[in-house]
Amino acid sequence: MIRFEPRETPSRALTLGVPVASALIALLLAAIPLAFAGANILEAYGQMAKGIFGSTFAFTEMLTRATPLIFTGLAATLAFRARLWNIGAEGQFYLGAMAAVTVGTGLIDAPGIILIPIILLTGAAAGAAGMAGPAYLKTRFGADEVVTTLLLNFIILIFLQMMLEGPLKDPMGMGWPQSEPILDAGMLPQLLPRMRIHAGLIIALIAAVIAQIMLSKTVWGFKLRAVGENAAAALHAGIGVKRTLMGAAVVSGALAGLAGVSEVAGLKGYLTADLSPGFGYTGIVVAMLAGLSPIGVVISAVFIASVFVGADSMSRAMGVSSYLADLVVALSLICVLIGGFTARYRILIVRKGAA
Amino acid sequence: MTNHLVLSLNNLSKRFGTIVANDAVSIELHRGEVLSLLGENGAGKTTLMNMLFGHYLPDSGTVDVADEAGVMWPLTLGHPQAALAAGIGMVHQHFTLAANLSALDNILLGSESLLSWRQNRHAARAKILGIMDRSGLTAPLDERVGNLSVGERQRVEILKALYHDVRILVLDEPTAVLTPQEADTLFENIGAMTKDGLSVIFISHKLREVLAFSNRIAVLRHGKKVGEIATDTADETAIARLMVGADTPAVPRPAMQPGAPVLALSGVTVKSDNARNSLRAVDLVVHGHEVVGIAGVSGNGQSALAALISGLATPDQGEMSVDGIQITRFNPQNLLKVGIGRIPEDRHHDGVIGAMSVSENLIVERLSDPDIQKNGFLRRDAIRAHAAQLCQDYDIRGPGPEAKARLLSGGNIQKLILARVFECSPRLILANQPTRGLDLGAASEVGRRLLEARHRGAGVLLISEDLDEVLALSDRIIVIHDGQLIEADTKDRAAIGLMMAGENA
Repeated sequence: MIRFEPRETPSRALTLGVPVASALIALLLAAIPLAFAGANILEAYGQMAKGIFGSTFAFTEMLTRATPLIFTGLAATLAFRARLWNIGAEGQFYLGAMAAVTVGTGLIDAPGIILIPIILLTGAAAGAAGMAGPAYLKTRFGADEVVTTLLLNFIILIFLQMMLEGPLKDPMGMGWPQSEPILDAGMLPQLLPRMRIHAGLIIALIAAVIAQIMLSKTVWGFKLRAVGENAAAALHAGIGVKRTLMGAAVVSGALAGLAGVSEVAGLKGYLTADLSPGFGYTGIVVAMLAGLSPIGVVISAVFIASVFVGADSMSRAMGVSSYLADLVVALSLICVLIGGFTARYRILIVRKGAA
Repeated sequence: MTNHLVLSLNNLSKRFGTIVANDAVSIELHRGEVLSLLGENGAGKTTLMNMLFGHYLPDSGTVDVADEAGVMWPLTLGHPQAALAAGIGMVHQHFTLAANLSALDNILLGSESLLSWRQNRHAARAKILGIMDRSGLTAPLDERVGNLSVGERQRVEILKALYHDVRILVLDEPTAVLTPQEADTLFENIGAMTKDGLSVIFISHKLREVLAFSNRIAVLRHGKKVGEIATDTADETAIARLMVGADTPAVPRPAMQPGAPVLALSGVTVKSDNARNSLRAVDLVVHGHEVVGIAGVSGNGQSALAALISGLATPDQGEMSVDGIQITRFNPQNLLKVGIGRIPEDRHHDGVIGAMSVSENLIVERLSDPDIQKNGFLRRDAIRAHAAQLCQDYDIRGPGPEAKARLLSGGNIQKLILARVFECSPRLILANQPTRGLDLGAASEVGRRLLEARHRGAGVLLISEDLDEVLALSDRIIVIHDGQLIEADTKDRAAIGLMMAGENA
């Protein structure tokens, strides 16, 4: 019989050591399917490391992959801290991306210094609007935001497909359902020559720092935490609970929208309906892994991006099925989540009949 | 009363982090005996009982319990099922009911097989009605628990324990929400049941009850057992001295001339889906330099009155004014601004944010104050100094101002709320069940602070189900019954008790 007791104050060594240990255990476990697939395990891990750290290109690719995850992880973090379950970051991501291609593909012709901020702002506003709706329904009518945000994802995705076949379709796109490319002036600058890494990463890091400061050092963040931890007491103490939830919703949606902007205006240049391989949903995992800490989100986004990129490159190099990459990713997530649990709870093994 | 041992706790110890909640506590209970467990808040009474009942696993120590034949067996610790199977039942201080199930379902929960649910419901209902008949405890069985008043929920809890045919019943502050008459009935009936062999461990702060009701008294202080006395050789001051380690000062209450009206309600009606939680055309005036006590059995409109004055409810009819200015916007922000300080009934649920620190909880009502924030940024140093000062002034004891508020004991949480309320020098103080569940020391501190505010010129509206407290603190007593207020011209316990029961004396 196993019992769990919450640790009142998880120690620092535990909070830092456990994720690392669980990542290592995940790699050990992943060796089992790799061995079944006939791969040389050590070589496989070598290839994985090489896929992440093997070259500047590999490393910047990993960071490029982490960029949207930082945004969506922050989006989930801020909403979840207020106990607002925004499952709709995927949809808000596409709203942001759609807004970016709407204003960035020729509607406004301006130099980058003006155009880029306009693209960022409209993308953030679109994402914010996408979350403000469900939050309004929650605060006004008590509609469960898990349901509304989740279902809105599909509505937005289908709306996007319609737009890509209609008004947003690139006439020069050989009939593919994709948008016109963003003007060169509207693209986020590259950080290194010949690499895909772009200024979206810088914006994401700044967003993480601002989010951390907002949460821990401002009245806004105080209210958000108070509402999340005990809405009844917050209401009783005169904190505008509905207003606080709306604020959290708008910021969360805006961050998810920025993820879409960053992908379309930093990386791809044009919008397709498969721009996101589930960045919105993975953002939830990133946030949970980070224990809902904005700075932690940066670390956990980098970790998850590493696993994705490393496992991918390993499966290509070793000639094993690409599904093995997904398996490694899944194992890592499970191990780290269980690890995080053990950091927060003391596990006691109680023998039956023992006094 | 026989002398058979039925329960023996042997050197139980429990630590939470650095706090020692119980330090090698040993207690014995005999068949048919009522043992009172006394102690200040945070003395470790509830922790001890939670270990007995399997909610906590002790760090060390054992428990032996007698089976039906009277043979002692070691109890498997850490399993509520084992405790239940051994015939131990517990009524918790904080309710453990499912709000969305009916009272009947809550009583049956965990005791009936799901498969035979239908057939047994009838028999179960009959059995519960029988228990109700014998114990004098009544509760509407088909009502959802979420719609019941606090007092009714407590009764459901007690019925639930009695339903399980327990041989040992632990009552954690059972009378806090009952009328004096109901409490007396409960004691009478438990008295009858102990004659049939039920053994009772009774946790209470009310010395009057402890002395009247129990055979033996064990006193805990700071997690240790500091004394054990047979009730017939004990007296009130001796026990109080054991509990707090010193005599508790009586609360002095000098006579005072009431000032201008601070709070005025005229013809206020608050409707609610639940008929038991409404106000019907109520008039009420609270003056400065005055404590007005609202006495009544829970579920007669107290929560509606408290919600109205806290800004959580809006009157459907009638007017409310504070210091002569009519209130038009009913929300907590606005009512705080006009100078109403609120001590909420459920301090854990509405009073503090448990996962936030003590210092954060101390400023939660003052977030727009320039002492607390500048341009939207919290002033860390000022907040820390503020917390240190208030912890000292109000004697808030715990792991420190930066520790999470939920680590504080009930009494210290209440002190935190007192500090927050009184610091703002409110014009009117709404004190809703301010001493429920508090030990003598903390309770007299609450009374002292309320009278201090009265002295300063504030009006105090005290809502309490503890008639002794209302009698001790109030200048005027108003009885609430069925959503209406009736001025009591008397301070006679029996007369007020009858008014509380709805019979106009």
